[in-house]
Amino acid sequence: MELFFQQMVNGLVVGSIYSLVALGITLIYGIMQLPNFAHGHLYMLGAYLTLSMMSLYGSAYWPAILVSVAVMVVFGMLLERLVFRPLHNAPHINAMIAAVGVMLFLESAARKIWGADYRRLESPYEDVMNLFGLTITQQRAIIILAAIVLMVGLNLFLKRTVIGATIEAMAQNREGAFLVGINANKVSLLTFGIASGLAAAAASLAAPINLVYPSMGAMVNLKAFVIIVLGGMGSIPGAVLGGYILGLAESMSGTYLNSEYKDLIAFVILVLILTLKPTGLFAKEAQ
Amino acid sequence: MRKNRISQRASKLVLPALLLIAAAIPVLISNTYYLDVLARVFIWTIAVSGMNVIVGYTGQLSLAHAGFFGIGAYTFGLLMVKAEMPFLPSLVVAMVATGLIGALVGFISLRLKGHYFAIFSLCVGVILLLLIEKWESLTEGVRGLLGIPVPQIGSLVFSSLTSQYYLILFFLVLTALINKRIVQSLVGRTFMSIRNSEELAVALGINVMRNKILAFVHSTVLAGLAGALYAGYIRFLGPDIAHVEHTFDMLLYLLVGGIGTLWGPLVGTTLVTILMQMLQSWQEYRMMIFGPVLVLLVMFLPYGIIGTCVRLKQRRQTELERRAEHTTAVSSVHEQRLSGGKADA
Repeated sequence: MELFFQQMVNGLVVGSIYSLVALGITLIYGIMQLPNFAHGHLYMLGAYLTLSMMSLYGSAYWPAILVSVAVMVVFGMLLERLVFRPLHNAPHINAMIAAVGVMLFLESAARKIWGADYRRLESPYEDVMNLFGLTITQQRAIIILAAIVLMVGLNLFLKRTVIGATIEAMAQNREGAFLVGINANKVSLLTFGIASGLAAAAASLAAPINLVYPSMGAMVNLKAFVIIVLGGMGSIPGAVLGGYILGLAESMSGTYLNSEYKDLIAFVILVLILTLKPTGLFAKEAQ
Repeated sequence: MRKNRISQRASKLVLPALLLIAAAIPVLISNTYYLDVLARVFIWTIAVSGMNVIVGYTGQLSLAHAGFFGIGAYTFGLLMVKAEMPFLPSLVVAMVATGLIGALVGFISLRLKGHYFAIFSLCVGVILLLLIEKWESLTEGVRGLLGIPVPQIGSLVFSSLTSQYYLILFFLVLTALINKRIVQSLVGRTFMSIRNSEELAVALGINVMRNKILAFVHSTVLAGLAGALYAGYIRFLGPDIAHVEHTFDMLLYLLVGGIGTLWGPLVGTTLVTILMQMLQSWQEYRMMIFGPVLVLLVMFLPYGIIGTCVRLKQRRQTELERRAEHTTAVSSVHEQRLSGGKADA
């Protein structure tokens, strides 16, 4: 039983990361109807920025994360302005292919700048804590807490502020939002910024327990897409819930089934669910 | 009008001329490097022209193609190595097996539309890759499948590079002809109607699902064929060939050449592969160049090279026709006036 709870905590840690990445993708999808295949690579970039801040400038962990998030917010906005906004009225397939182009570019650029080898981000929180008989490193506890703080913060931002409300309004009904005078360009710029910032935060939090390498975003990206398909694309609660479900499913199957096939479990779940229910579990509307 | 007829006759000559050149290349060029590059180009062209059917003509962005390429390659390789079957039966079985798996995947995934389908197919590609990589007892996993025998049909042994080149060229021509027939037939038009508007296609009484599956299976069979030819050519297989990266490569080839055009796959694959070979010394910068190229392409040249040419030609043709109509209209008015004038006089 102890093993079960231990694995549950591990699943929550992994699930927190997945949820944060999936949240970004689902926000962008809700506003721009764009599956941003490059999102995992923004995640990778965020991790490298934090790593560089710490190793090159000797910055502490938290300030490094802040800088990384800030840089990625600006980067995400640039990406929206330069690549995705000009393509907004083109056929859907074009924007998806452009996202693939951005992805290829970011990965090879990272390989060029930081090298292809696996790197470790040293966290100041390596100590082990004892919580109700479960052992957990401080870093893992921080991941779970920080993810919750970020999610609650995002929710408050969307529900309680006017700017946040414009994002929600546009996700709910594009034409209606235009009618009440919401500037679509500003909203998509903002959304891209927030989503990229979330990815950078997730990556910086997860980097100490995983490794940092140029293609680290690819698998996370795919799993995040599985999550938002499961959760219904564009649905925020779906992304959060889906992230935790996948994290738990992976950690349980890694323990009780074969750990070799751990990465496969997400895709098997996807196939099963889409076979039974083609619109996803919590779909907003039939697609 | 006369000029038009001449250009039509010229375009009819392009195909035999190209075939002649392709057949003569091994005789003219003794450099094995160029021959090797061309053989690879042909293999990938087969796979890309398969992708073209589902992505270009039917409008469903399938991102599982490298996975099906891998299935074809591994089925063929395993049959040759472990079951010791001859070349042709292995090739046929590899194509059939890829098609069957394609039908199964298509049956599940094609119920999804738009982005859902693209994401799902991407995941299918990853599943296929992971299966090939992890199922070590069957595929040898990351160690790779070694010692695939030389292709042999009857007493013909394709051991030299030149003979392999002709073998691959044969299948490329076959693929191109079949695709041409399909695209210009009613089936092809049905695919395009689905691409243009699924709702309209349904309203016209088209069985959309059946046609989509047909297009998907056809495209996977071609991917399987390309994979099997690749396995017979390289004679070594690693799980890497099923990597999603190759799907994106194929998408790049298709986009450069012209999505939804018959010549697009060949032109795009040839051009990009040759460019990549020329940039070989820039290996690390390769994707740093092609990523932005992909973005710029969809922004400024979304129909690719062939697609843009076709569009320009169409526009010129309609312009010519309009002008011709205009002149005949004017001259008839002129004649009327003349005859009217005569009557008056």
